[in-house]
Amino acid sequence: MAISKKEVEHVAWLARLFLTEEEKERFTKQLSQILDHAGKIAKLDTSKVPPTSHVLPLKNVFRGDKTRFSLPREEVLSNAPKKEDGSFLVPKII
Amino acid sequence: MEYEVVIGLEIHVELLTESKMFCGCSARTFGEKPNTLTCPVCLGMPGSLPVINEKAIEYTVKTGLALNCNIAPFSQFHRKNYFYPDMVKNYQISQYDLPLCTDGYIEVEMDGHSRRVGITRVHLEEDTGKLVHVGGAGRIAGAEYSLVDFNRSGVPLMEIVTKPDIRSPDEAKAFLQKLKSILEHLRVSDCNMEQGSLRCDANVSIRPMGSKELGIKTEVKNMNSFKALQRALAYEVERQKEILGQGGVVEQETRHWDDVKNVTTPLRTKEYAHDYRYFPEPDLVPIELDRDLIESLRVSLPELPDARKKRFQEQYALSSGDASFLTSSKALGDFFEECMKSYSDAKKVSNWMMGELLYHLNAANMEIDECAVTPKHLVQLLKLIDDGTISGKIAKAVFEEMFETGKLPQIIVGEKGLTQITDEEELTRIVELVLEENPGVVEDYRKGKERALGFLVGQVMRLTKGRANPQLVNKLLRERL
Repeated sequence: MAISKKEVEHVAWLARLFLTEEEKERFTKQLSQILDHAGKIAKLDTSKVPPTSHVLPLKNVFRGDKTRFSLPREEVLSNAPKKEDGSFLVPKII
Repeated sequence: MEYEVVIGLEIHVELLTESKMFCGCSARTFGEKPNTLTCPVCLGMPGSLPVINEKAIEYTVKTGLALNCNIAPFSQFHRKNYFYPDMVKNYQISQYDLPLCTDGYIEVEMDGHSRRVGITRVHLEEDTGKLVHVGGAGRIAGAEYSLVDFNRSGVPLMEIVTKPDIRSPDEAKAFLQKLKSILEHLRVSDCNMEQGSLRCDANVSIRPMGSKELGIKTEVKNMNSFKALQRALAYEVERQKEILGQGGVVEQETRHWDDVKNVTTPLRTKEYAHDYRYFPEPDLVPIELDRDLIESLRVSLPELPDARKKRFQEQYALSSGDASFLTSSKALGDFFEECMKSYSDAKKVSNWMMGELLYHLNAANMEIDECAVTPKHLVQLLKLIDDGTISGKIAKAVFEEMFETGKLPQIIVGEKGLTQITDEEELTRIVELVLEENPGVVEDYRKGKERALGFLVGQVMRLTKGRANPQLVNKLLRERL
């Protein structure tokens, strides 16, 4: 096993996923298989390969500091489950 | 036991760009109606794509250069993943191992000597939305619910991190003042602490004097003024000394400064793993800044506080202390230089700025560019003193009035009849009256008690409401004694 059940629980919590016991078992196994597979790459000598964060041969894509119109507030709030005084209302944080 | 204080600061600065970091919404959000300056990008709508604001990069590089940093030839944005209601995407676009600027320093003057405070890094990220907690006295603990305004979401935010080089709360304040003045001179931020465009958090720990190891630190937040920074750190240092003094252990935690109660308290947050799972932002390609561009930005840097201070000392023959004060903020320096365009005595301008002006600004809790007194006001006032129209004492009263009303000193002097009495005949009458009424004091003076003269001068001043010309009063009194 490349990953423990405890680690799966931790990663699930970080992503706010709530898993059943059966799912935890299943994902521990599946994630381990994925990690094992990826582990093969770790065996290769990559010391001369620069880390690739992007496959596109692009750099320095910028925009000028110009303003554009913003959305009307009604539209912004139209998906909000709850709102008050033009703001999104969220439940108690702590 | 004697302890050494170890402080590192983390300063967040909203950049003064027109538009946001990754979209075209206005970045000037303070005071605007909630949720009126947002778009699909800064609301994190699926399918929207960020594009880097070039100006924000330029401002950050300029800041790095001004703080003696290395500018990275290759830089990148990362996603910092966590959940919090003020953040739309459940990640913040920030920088991780490849920040724009690293390894700089600032020279900070303290009590006449200079200390170097290291800068670990300067990086760029996006600001989050703003939360208003409802119920529970407006604090997050005890609130019933919270309201979110995403106007600030995506405003370019520059983070400056110092090395743990700061050794006292006073030094922390001096550092922040210097940094703020540099940023103001660079014109990259308006650095308004009360409005939150400059925010400062501190890591504080103490260790036995001479020890090389760092003690356990706490992170102090919510210090919204220089005074708050100084007081919060002083409190926190004392608190830690007390714990260690009693053989206890400082708990590593985040603490909130309460500016009303003057204490720091633990900030209750939901169980919160510092596991941000940074990874390169796939929607943004890397930044590779050309050496020539960096050099041209270096050349374009404006005069910074240290250079300006030196120039003030040379050009206006001011002391180091005066010049430091006048360059401690851009606005003070600008005010001074504007005065010097139509007045020649630099020391006098400096004295009045450091004295009356600063006193009234502090009392009114105002910044110099918010108050009604302009360089024109001050110069006119000084000229009225110089030509003998008013006395220095009356001038202070006029200053107070012009600070409150914004009226020009000439107008105030005219309206209130404050012109100095230099008419010898008129003053003679008053001097003789005072002598008549105070035979005992006159006797004292004649017996050699020099101080009695001061009392008599004071009486004349009282009767003339301070308008008598002091030299003339002295002369007239001496003639008669």
